[in-house]
Parts: sequence; C-alpha cells; structure tokens
Amino acid sequence: MKRILQALLVLLLVSLMLFGLLRIVPGNPVAVLMGEHANQATIDRLTAELGLDQPIHVQFFRYLSGAVRGDFGTSYSLGKPVSGLMGTAFVNTLLLSLAAALFAWITGGLCGLLAAIRKNSIPDRLFMGFSLLGISMPVFMAAMILQYVFAYWLHWVPISGTADWRSFILPAVALGWNSAGSIARLVRSALLDTLEEDYIDTARAKGLGKSGVLFRHALRNTMLPTVTMMALQLSALLSGAVITETVFSINGIGRLAVQAITARDIPLLQGTVLFSTAIVIFGNLVADFLYTVLDPRTRKEA
Amino acid sequence: MKEALIQKEVLILDGLCAGFPARRGEVRVLDHVSLSVPKGKITGLVGESGCGKSMTARAVMNLIRHPGRVTGGRILLEGRDLLSMRKKERRMLQGREMAMIFQDPMSSLNPVMKVGKQVDEAVLVHEHVTHAEAKRRTLEMLEAAGVPDPERRYHSYPHQLSGGLRQRIMIAMAMVCRPKLLIADEPTTALDVTVEAQILDLMKEMSAKGTAVLLISHNLGAIARVCDDVSVMYAGKIVEQADICTLFDRPRHPYTRGLLSAVSSLRDGSEVLSVIPGHVPNLARLPAGCSFSPRCSCRGKECMEKTPEMREISPGHRIRCLWEEPGKKPGEKELETEGLAAE
Ligand SMILES: Nc1ncnc2c1ncn2[C@@H]1O[C@H](COP(=O)(O)OP(=O)(O)OP(=O)(O)O)[C@@H](O)[C@H]1O
Ligand SMILES: [Mg+2]
Repeated sequence: MKRILQALLVLLLVSLMLFGLLRIVPGNPVAVLMGEHANQATIDRLTAELGLDQPIHVQFFRYLSGAVRGDFGTSYSLGKPVSGLMGTAFVNTLLLSLAAALFAWITGGLCGLLAAIRKNSIPDRLFMGFSLLGISMPVFMAAMILQYVFAYWLHWVPISGTADWRSFILPAVALGWNSAGSIARLVRSALLDTLEEDYIDTARAKGLGKSGVLFRHALRNTMLPTVTMMALQLSALLSGAVITETVFSINGIGRLAVQAITARDIPLLQGTVLFSTAIVIFGNLVADFLYTVLDPRTRKEA
Repeated sequence: MKEALIQKEVLILDGLCAGFPARRGEVRVLDHVSLSVPKGKITGLVGESGCGKSMTARAVMNLIRHPGRVTGGRILLEGRDLLSMRKKERRMLQGREMAMIFQDPMSSLNPVMKVGKQVDEAVLVHEHVTHAEAKRRTLEMLEAAGVPDPERRYHSYPHQLSGGLRQRIMIAMAMVCRPKLLIADEPTTALDVTVEAQILDLMKEMSAKGTAVLLISHNLGAIARVCDDVSVMYAGKIVEQADICTLFDRPRHPYTRGLLSAVSSLRDGSEVLSVIPGHVPNLARLPAGCSFSPRCSCRGKECMEKTPEMREISPGHRIRCLWEEPGKKPGEKELETEGLAAE
C-alpha cells in the first residue's frame, strides 16, 4: 500500500516536471503551429482558446484535473483528443512491448540458464556472443538487419505495419534483443554465484540430484536479482519502442511522441510521456511486489 | 573377530588422497588420510586452519568443489566403497545413511525456503511418504534437536532464527533419516560459548543413540568435551591418532604437544601465550622430509631427509614422527658419530 502511494507520488512529480519543462522551452507553440505567415491576432486568439494565456498554476491544475479523468486535452497538430489518439497507439505499443518483453525474458532467461549450467561449453559461448551483440548494437541497426534478412530476403514475415500477429515478430525481436542480452548475462552470473552458496552444498548433502538442486534451491535465489533487472529493462524497452515503431511503421505511442516533439504539440507530448512513465512505474511496482513474494527477508514480520 | 571389527566401523578412510590441479602437477591437499569412525562414538579431527579438515569431510560427502578431486584411496561406508559406486547410488546414500552439517548455519540454509520445508525435503528425497508424514517426522526431529515450539518454527525462515536454533535445524535436517554417520564440520565455530556447549551435548546425545559422528574442529576444548577418539591433522596428513585420554595425557607428536600447550597456557592465564612458532606451510611447497620439521622444536637432522610413516607406538596410539622416545631427537646418534669422525 505504501509502495502504491509512493508510485502515485512519483507519477505526480514527473507530471509536474514535465509540465514545467515544456513551459520553459522557449518559443510560443502556437506560433510554431500556425506557421511563419500567421498574423499576431490569430495567434493571440488561439493562445487564449488553448488556455495558454492563463497563469501557469491555473494551467497546471487544469491539466492535472483533466489527466486524472483521462482527458489530456486536444492535440494541437492533429486536432483530435489526445486520449483518443493514444487509445489506438496504446494497443499497438502494448502489443509490441509485451511481445518484446516476453521474448527478452524467456529467451534471455533460458539462454542464461543453459549457459550457466553448461559453463564454457559451445552453447554458452554462442549465447554470450549473441547477447553481447544485442547489448552493443543500437536498436535501429538490429531492426534494419532483421528486416532485411527475414522480411526482404527470406519473405518469412511482413516487412512492416500491424496487419496481423506475424508482423509483430521482427519488431519484438529487434526491440527485445538488447534486453534479452542483458538478462541472459545477468541470469548466467547470478546462477553461477548461487551455485557457489553453502546451502547448495547442504542440498547436495541431502541427496538431491542436479535438477533438484537447480529447481528447488538455486533458481528462486537466482530470480531475486533478475526480477529487479527485468523491471529496469522495461524503461529501456519503451525508449527502444520509439525507434522500432518508426523503422517498422507501427502506429504506437513512441511514434506519437516523436510527432508531438517535432510539432511542439504540448498536450500530445504530455499524454505520451505520462503514459510511458506510468508503465515504467507500474513495472517497478510489480517487481517490488514479486520481490517480496520471492524473498521472505524483505517481508514484514507478522 | 575381524568381521566384528569391520561392522563396528561405520566409516573407514583408507589412504585417501585429494588435490587440486596446479600449473605443475597438483597440489595435494589430503595425503593418505586414514581414519575410522566407529558406531556410537564421536571421532574428532583437529588441526590448524587449512590443514584439510573440511576437504576430508567434503571428500566423504562428494562435495569437493571443482577443480579439486579425490585422487586415491578408499572411502568405505559400512564396507561399501563409495568411490567405486555409481553416481546415483552414492547420492542415494547421502542424507539417508550419512549426513553433514556445516560451519555457518546461516549460509547453509536456503534463505527463501521455510526451515521446516528444508527438513521435510531430506525425508521426501529418500522415502516415499506423504507430505503430511514428512512433516510429522520433521516436527518430531525438531523436538528431538531441542527446537522449542517446533510447530511455529516449522514455518520460520532462516533469517528469523538465532544462530543456535539454525544449527539445531541443520542437525534435525541431518538426522531426520536416522543416518549411520554424521559429519559435523566445525558446527560450533559460528556460535557463542553457551550455545556451543548445548550443541555439543546434542551431538553427544545423537551418538549415544548409535550414530557414528565425525566431529571436525580446531577447538581442542570442544574435542576434549565430547570426543572418544581423536585424529590430529597437519598439512594434509594425519600426524597422531589416539583415544582422547591418551592424546591429552601422553601426546607424542611435537605438533600435538604444541597445540595442547597453546591451549593450557591459555587456560592458566599465563602471560606468554605459547604458540607453535612458524606458520602453516604452503601445500604446494612442502619441505622435504617431515612436513612439520621446519616448525618442530625437537627436529633432528633425519627429520629433514626422511618422510615419517604412520606407526603404532602402543595399541590404538599412532604417530607420524621419527621420534623414538621423548627427550631424544631422531638422528642424534648419527650426528654424534659424525661429529666424532670429524675430530
Ligand atoms: N580451489 C582450491 N585450489 C587450491 N587449493 C585449495 C582450493 N580450495 C582449498 N584449497 C586448499 O585446501 C586446503 C585444505 O582446505 P580445508 O578447507 O580442508 O581446510 P580446513 O582444515 O577445513 O581449514 P579451516 O579450519 O579454515 O576450515 C587449504 O590449504 C586450501 O589452501
Ligand atoms: Mg574448514
């Protein structure tokens, strides 16, 4: 409960900072919106219409009370309600991030596991090589290479868009590769560390076999550092989504955010950034919760 | 007669050697360790840090960490050679016929698992019983190991218990399948003195019920309190073996004498603490001859040339030393004659 309140407070602070930051940036957004040839009278009229002539605190409370009700105002550049625009984008981004996260967690986790169990074997070297590649390669490069090989060359999957589930495969892999690499490396080293622990000797002394030791004693302890890492990867995924959505022409929050920045579309930008922040905070909340479930030491004594 | 003798010995180590591969050859950590642990008795294994006590215990329990390995000798559990067994067969003996407890009861328990469940597991691995039956056995064993309020403690996590309680849990876990052999590797080192006494009494109780116990310690006080027989180890070799009274009253190996006087000077509260001069040798570069000779106050010339073998000096009392009798250094005669010849 305390954690949830904390999360809400963070969200509030972020929206405050975001709001402040967008007002500090020089230049009248309305002027940008109208183009170079707009006359001053029209600009003033529109400024008043958008409420931008009000004192800053009034603006903030208007924005905040709207945000609570799910109303982020009307996009300057697209002329539609921000919440409506985000609704469609939300589904696409959610699908993409979820697919990427699942890919990263599952392949990263499994590869790390296998690599640790068969330390220094060929699969270990192979997995660690691939993960290093994923970590060091920028997302757009991974995206373009995958696109070229699997869509353009092999024709296994659509090259872009969101037509069916198959079109999500490449973006998800491109986006998740980096995180998968980090997770694989972390899982590998965490598991190797865990296997050195004294209680592993105790388990073996009890007569447990390799798999018993691994599944009953080692894995759960390995998951402790991993869960935190997975939640942190969520923000990496979201920032990567901006690029992936652009390369694969997916109408998602990321692309919307880019659009908002270029057009100085303040309501749209506020909406998208706040949305991403909420997801990251939510992810951390889930990780915190999982951590207490997994590690009795962090629980409060009953 | 001999049959009966073998029956009584639960564990026999026969010329056990173990080592770690090194750049040149290997570092031998255990060098022909031979000892036996009889039923219903507590056998002590003492020695300075790094002499190979834990290694001995780990060799028996098949817990030597990579890249260390057993390189020779035999480990017999009631006459069955563990080293020639199939992996699975050997594993099934672990926890059921032989069990081990470790030095640090905090790190030896899985921090994310209820302690009761960890004890249950020992039962469930070896016996086809229901969870309820396993729990019943666990509670019974916790009670026997002196855990107060077992029903509540069953649901505790290791971090919620004191060090003494944790070690009791470890003992319960080790004893729950009624093993014939219990190996305790410095079980009280991490505990304070009063708790140490309680744990030692508990081990005594277990051995009185018929378990053979191998108690490893560097604390001679603890050894004196509970052991029936003692083996003294130095640099991977057993250097003296005797029953407890003989060892404390008539120690023969200079190393044992050194250890004992270090303790008694502590007890007397005398100003100068008598310690054995020098330090534990590097196992990779052991001196020629007797390993202890560089630190030995009574070494003779021969000690640095000839490696002493284990020999029996009175029934049940064995030493690895060239000393024929106290007060006379080995090789002294030769020294004298040499001196005469020079004149
Ligand atoms: N990985 C390793 N490589 C080389 N030598 C090792 C390795 N691990 C342990 N040893 C050596 O094995 C020897 C025996 O260690 P062991 O743990 O059995 O000592 P011990 O008698 O139990 O000491 P302590 O009282 O400190 O527990 C030590 O001298 C140590 O240096
Ligand atoms: Mg040790």
